[in-house]
Amino acid sequence: MRYESPQSVDDAIGLLANGGAGARVMAGGTDLLVQLRSGMLEPELVVDIKQIEETRVITEESGGFRVGAAVAGAELNEHPRLPKIWPGVAEAFDLIGSVQIQGRATMGGNLCNASPAADSVPGMIAAGAIATVAGPKGRRELPVEDVCTGPGRTSLGSGEFIVSFFLPERPARSGDAYLRFIPRTEMDIAVVGAGVSLTLDESGVVAAARVALGAVAPTAMLVQDCSSALVGTSLDDVALQALSAAASAACNPINDKRGTIEYRTKVAGVIAQRTAKIAYSRAKGE
Amino acid sequence: MARHHITTHINGDEVEFLCDTEQTLLDVLRDELHLTGTKEGCATGDCGACSVTVDGRLVCSCLMLGVELEGKQVSTIEGMADGERLHPLQSKFIEHAALQCGICTPGVLVAAKSLLERNPDPTEIEVRFWLAGNLCRCTGYDKIVRAVLDAAADMRGAAA
Amino acid sequence: MTTNDENKTLKWVGSRPNRPDGVDKVTGRAKFGADLTLPNMLHGRVLRSPHAHAHIVSIDTSKAEALPGVHAVITGADLPLLASEFVPAGEAMVNYGDMCRNVIAREKVLYDGHAVAAVAAKSVQIAKQALKLIEVEYDVLPHVIDVDEAIAPDAPVLHDHMFTAGVEPKPEKPSNIAKRVEFKLGDIEVGFAAADIIIERDFNTETVHQGYIEPHACVANFSEDGQAELWCCTQGHFVVRGYCARLLGMEVSKLRVTASEIGGGFGGKTVVYLEPLALALSRKANRPVKMVMSREEVFRATGPTSGAKVWVKMGAKKDGTITAAQCELKFQAGAFQGSPMQPGAMCAFAPYDLENVKAVGYDVVTNRPKVAAYRAPGGPISEFGVESVVDEIALLIGMDPIELRLLNGAQEGTQAAYGPRFGPIGMKETLFALQNSEHMQQPLGPNQGRGIASGFWFNIGGDTCANINVSDDGTVALALGTPDIGGSRASMSMMVAEELGIDVKDVRPMIADTASLGYTFLTGGSRATYSSGMASVQAARSIIEQMRERAAKTWDIPLEAVEWEDGHARPASSNAGEFEPLSFADIARTMAKTGGPLVGSAALNAQGAGPSFAAHMVDVEVDPGTGRVEILRYTAVQDAGRAVHPSYVEGQVQGGVVQGIGWALNEEYVYGDDGTLQNAGFLDYRVPVCSDVPMIDAKIVEVPNPRHPYGVRGVGESPIIPPMAAIANAVSAATNIRFTELPMSPPKVLKALDEAALPEAAE
Repeated sequence: MRYESPQSVDDAIGLLANGGAGARVMAGGTDLLVQLRSGMLEPELVVDIKQIEETRVITEESGGFRVGAAVAGAELNEHPRLPKIWPGVAEAFDLIGSVQIQGRATMGGNLCNASPAADSVPGMIAAGAIATVAGPKGRRELPVEDVCTGPGRTSLGSGEFIVSFFLPERPARSGDAYLRFIPRTEMDIAVVGAGVSLTLDESGVVAAARVALGAVAPTAMLVQDCSSALVGTSLDDVALQALSAAASAACNPINDKRGTIEYRTKVAGVIAQRTAKIAYSRAKGE
Repeated sequence: MARHHITTHINGDEVEFLCDTEQTLLDVLRDELHLTGTKEGCATGDCGACSVTVDGRLVCSCLMLGVELEGKQVSTIEGMADGERLHPLQSKFIEHAALQCGICTPGVLVAAKSLLERNPDPTEIEVRFWLAGNLCRCTGYDKIVRAVLDAAADMRGAAA
Repeated sequence: MTTNDENKTLKWVGSRPNRPDGVDKVTGRAKFGADLTLPNMLHGRVLRSPHAHAHIVSIDTSKAEALPGVHAVITGADLPLLASEFVPAGEAMVNYGDMCRNVIAREKVLYDGHAVAAVAAKSVQIAKQALKLIEVEYDVLPHVIDVDEAIAPDAPVLHDHMFTAGVEPKPEKPSNIAKRVEFKLGDIEVGFAAADIIIERDFNTETVHQGYIEPHACVANFSEDGQAELWCCTQGHFVVRGYCARLLGMEVSKLRVTASEIGGGFGGKTVVYLEPLALALSRKANRPVKMVMSREEVFRATGPTSGAKVWVKMGAKKDGTITAAQCELKFQAGAFQGSPMQPGAMCAFAPYDLENVKAVGYDVVTNRPKVAAYRAPGGPISEFGVESVVDEIALLIGMDPIELRLLNGAQEGTQAAYGPRFGPIGMKETLFALQNSEHMQQPLGPNQGRGIASGFWFNIGGDTCANINVSDDGTVALALGTPDIGGSRASMSMMVAEELGIDVKDVRPMIADTASLGYTFLTGGSRATYSSGMASVQAARSIIEQMRERAAKTWDIPLEAVEWEDGHARPASSNAGEFEPLSFADIARTMAKTGGPLVGSAALNAQGAGPSFAAHMVDVEVDPGTGRVEILRYTAVQDAGRAVHPSYVEGQVQGGVVQGIGWALNEEYVYGDDGTLQNAGFLDYRVPVCSDVPMIDAKIVEVPNPRHPYGVRGVGESPIIPPMAAIANAVSAATNIRFTELPMSPPKVLKALDEAALPEAAE
C-alpha cells in the first residue's frame, strides 16, 4: 500500500484518477483504518487530503459557512460562530464516536464512508448543505442528500472527492436540531437519527421545514412528507402525530444487530418528534 | 517496499523512525519505539486504551497512520510525569484506587489530562461524557470519576 | 490458623494505603501480556474457522511455509491428541480431550473462530499473509446455536461420543446434553401443597463476555534442550504450566511460566488459548514467538459465559414463608461440555433458609465458543430467575421485598440445599444495611421504579504458597503465586506488615514465577486475598518464630522466654532477664551473625472460605418512547468478612455492579443465520461506558469469617449476582410488566410496553 499526501486539489485528483479503483481517499481515517485493519479494504494507494489547505479550514461565505471536508469534529465544534448558527449540524457531528474520534473524524469522511447511520449526514441534509466535489472534469456542486447511493456507495466518479461543504445563510426565525437513538449514551452507531431544520413566520407558524432521517433506509434521506406535516403548523399535537406517522412511513430499514425493522420504524417517529420540538424552540429563540 | 522515514517529537524528544504504510501510530509507538505504556485494547477506536495527544489533540493512536506523524508533537503516558514528580492525576488515581488491573489506566489518564487542560472545573457529567471513549471493565468508573474531580480541584487550588 | 483478637487495634488491615504497583501502572511502566519483546522473536497468528460446524477434510500449509519470512506453521497434527480426562479446576472441571481440541481443531471445527492452524513469521504482516495461503477444505455441517434447539431430538449432534451423564439408564443415542445434575432438600411436592400462592416463570439470558480490556497475549521461548519459558497474562500461571505441559507432551518442570501484569480477566483468563500454540510454534521454529489476539478474536474464540434458559417455580404462604422452591437450568456450554450449570444450580436458592428445594441443571453443547468462567460462574444466571420470582411473591402478597427476604433469609445454622450448614454469614446484615441507607428515602418519579435483589456466592480456597525473604535493612520481599488482578498485592502486603509490625512500605510484594514458588492455584473463585492472605500470614508468623529464636540466642535465654509484640522481640517477663527489646529491623540487621538468612515459607491448602452475600438496590427510569432504561441510582451492600483494603473491596463491588448493568441492559452475543458471530467488537458488543452509569454506592458490612486470620471473605464474585434481578425488578416496578429476558435492550422493552398498551392486554 502506497501513501500520498498531496498539497493541492489538482495533485489529489491526479493521484486518485491514476489510482482508479485501487485508490482511497483518507481524511480523518477513523473508518478507513478500521477497514484496512480488518482486511475489508486492501487499497493500493491511500491519498491523505489533510495537507490540502482548502479541506482544513472553515470560512464564512455569502452569509453562510464553508467547511473543509477534512475539518475534524472537534475543530468544527470549537469554531466561535458555526455551532451557534447551525447547532443541529454541530451536535450531529459531535455525536460521532468519542472525544478521541472527534479529534480525527471529518464530515467528508462521515459522508463518503456512506453508512446509512452516519450521524452528521441527516443534520447536513436538514440544513440544506451542498458538497463541493472536485474531479478531473473540474468542480461541481451536489446536495448532500445526493452523494450516497447505497450502503458503502456514492455518486462520486473516478478521481473525484469532496473538498468542502457549504452551509447556507441561516434565515431569520429558524432553528435546527439533530437527535439519534442509541442503546448506550455514547459510542454506538445510530439506530435511528433525525435532523430537522425549521423556519417560522412572524406568528410562529412553520413556514419551511426540512426533515432528514438516518439509519432507517439504505441512505440518509430527506423526507418530504415529514416536512409537509410541519409546514403551516405551530407544532401542535396533531402536527407532531402527522410527523411521526410520516417518518415511520418513510422507513425502509433492515433487521440487524443494532435494531429490528419494527423497532426502527416506531422509534423514527418518536425521535423525529423530539428533534422537531428542539428545532422549533430554537427557531423561536427559546 | 521502502519504509517511510519519519521525524517527529514524542514527549518533547525528537525521534526518528522507519515504518510501513500500514503501521498505525500505536504500532509505531509499541513495536518500533518500544513505548509500551500505550495499550491496544481493540484497534478500532472503541476502547480508548491507546489514547495519546497529537499536536495537543486527543486521539486514538490506533486510528492514525505512522506516516502522518512527520513534524508532529506526540504526548504519551510515558511523558505525563514531570521527572520524578507524578502529575496530580497520576497521584490521585493511586490515592483513590481508581485502577484495578491498570490496562485502561494510561489511556484514561491521557484523556483526563486533555479534559482538564480545556476545562479545569468539570462537572461529574462532563467527566463522564469526556471519558466515554475510554472503556474500563474493572472499576465501574466510580473511583476514576472521583479521582479526576479531585485532581481538578487540587490543580485549581495550586493554580490559585 | 488462629484468628487475630477481634478487639485488637489493627494498624494496617482496614486502612487505605497506596498500592505498591501504583506508580508503575500510572506511568506506563507496568508490563502486561503484549509488552514483552525478546531478541530474535517471531510473531504468531492463528487461522480461524469461518464456519460454525464443519468437518476438516484437509489442510494444506505448503504455500504458507514457502512464504519468505515464515518460520513455522502448525496444525492440530503438531500437538498430541489427548484422551477424555476430567481434572478439577477450581469451581469447575476441565477435560484434556476437549481442551486439546479447543486450542486447535482436530476432526471438526465447532464454532466460528475455532483455531485451525497457526503461523510464526518475522512480522505480523507476513504472518497474516501466510494465513491467507493456508488452504483448508471444509465439509460444512448443520449447526446449532440455541440451547432449546440443541436439545431437540433432531438437532445436529456436535460430539458423536457424548452421552448424557447423570441420567439412568444411560441413553442409547449421543446428544448435545452432556450432563444432568440435581440438588434436593426435603420434598417440594409437600412444600407446594402447603403454599397459598405459587409463581412459575421462564427466563432467558444471553451469552455475555467477560470483556477484559487486555486481549490474550503471550511470548513462548522453547530451547533446543526441551526446556521452555512462557510469559503470559493469566489468572493462574501454575495452572497454565500444567495445561501447557500436558497439551505439548512435556514434563511440567521443564516449563517455567511467568505471569505478566494482567489487564482484566474476570474468569476468562483461567484457561489457555494462545499459550500452547505459541509453545508449539517456538518449538518448531527454535525461536521465541509472541502471540497477541485481536479484539475480534477475543470475542469469537475465547471464553464467554453461558446463555441459558431458566425455569423457576416457588410457593409461599400468605405470611411470606417460602414453602417450596424449584428450578431447572439449561446452560449453553459452547462447543465443549463444562458450562457452570452446577454451581448455578447449587447457589440458586442458597440465600434462603428453605425446607423443600429441588434444582436441576443441564449442560448443553452448542456451536459457540467454549464457555470460560465469568465472575461467580452460573450464579448470576440462576439467581436472576430466583430473585425475580421472590420479588413477584412479595408483590403478590403485598409484602416489602426486603422484609420477605429477611423472613426467609439464610443465617448461621441454615442447611443449604447444596450440602453444607452455614457458619456465620451476612445475608441479613446486607439487607439491614439497605434498609438503613439514604437511598431508601429517595422518592421516585414517573416512569421510575426501584428493585431489590440478594446474591450468594460460595468462594473457594485451595493450594497456595507464599514466601517472605527478609533483607538486612529490615524490609521484606513477599513472593506470591496468585496474579494480582485488582490490587491484591496491596492487601497481602498489609496483612504481612500487620503481622510483622513493620511499615507496609517495607513490604515489597511480587508475583513469583512457577519455578520460584510452590504450586499455587489461580486467582479466581474470590480466593486470592483469602488464600494468599492466609499463606502470607503463615509465612510471616514463621518469620516471627525465627526472630524469636534469634532473640533467644542473642540473649541466651530459652525460646519460651521471648515474646513477640508490635514488631519487637521482648523478654516474656522480668524473670527472663532485663533486655532491651529487639525490633524487627534490629534482628534483620544482625541476621548474618545470628544464624543466616531469614526466610518464611508457607505451603497450604486453604480451607474454610466463607460464603459471601450481597444485597443491591437500584432505581431506574424507562423511556416510554424508546424503551431505553437509565440507571438513576445504585446501592450495593457487600459482606466482606473483613475488608483488608476497603477501597479495593469497594472497587470489586462497583466493577461487578457495572458489569451486571451491562449484562442486564445491552450485552449479548448476536449470531447470524449462518452461525457466525455478528458483533465481535466493542462497537456492537456494548459494555457500559462511563456516561452510562451513576456513582455506585458500595457499602461494606463485616461479618468475619472465623476460618481466616483476619476474617476475610472473598468479594470478587458476589457483586455481579444481584444486578440483573435488581434491575429487572426495578424495570418491572416502573412499567408494571414482568421482564424475564436479558438483556432488557430497548427493542425488547418497547415491544413489551406496546403489547401491554394494547386493549386486550389491559383487560
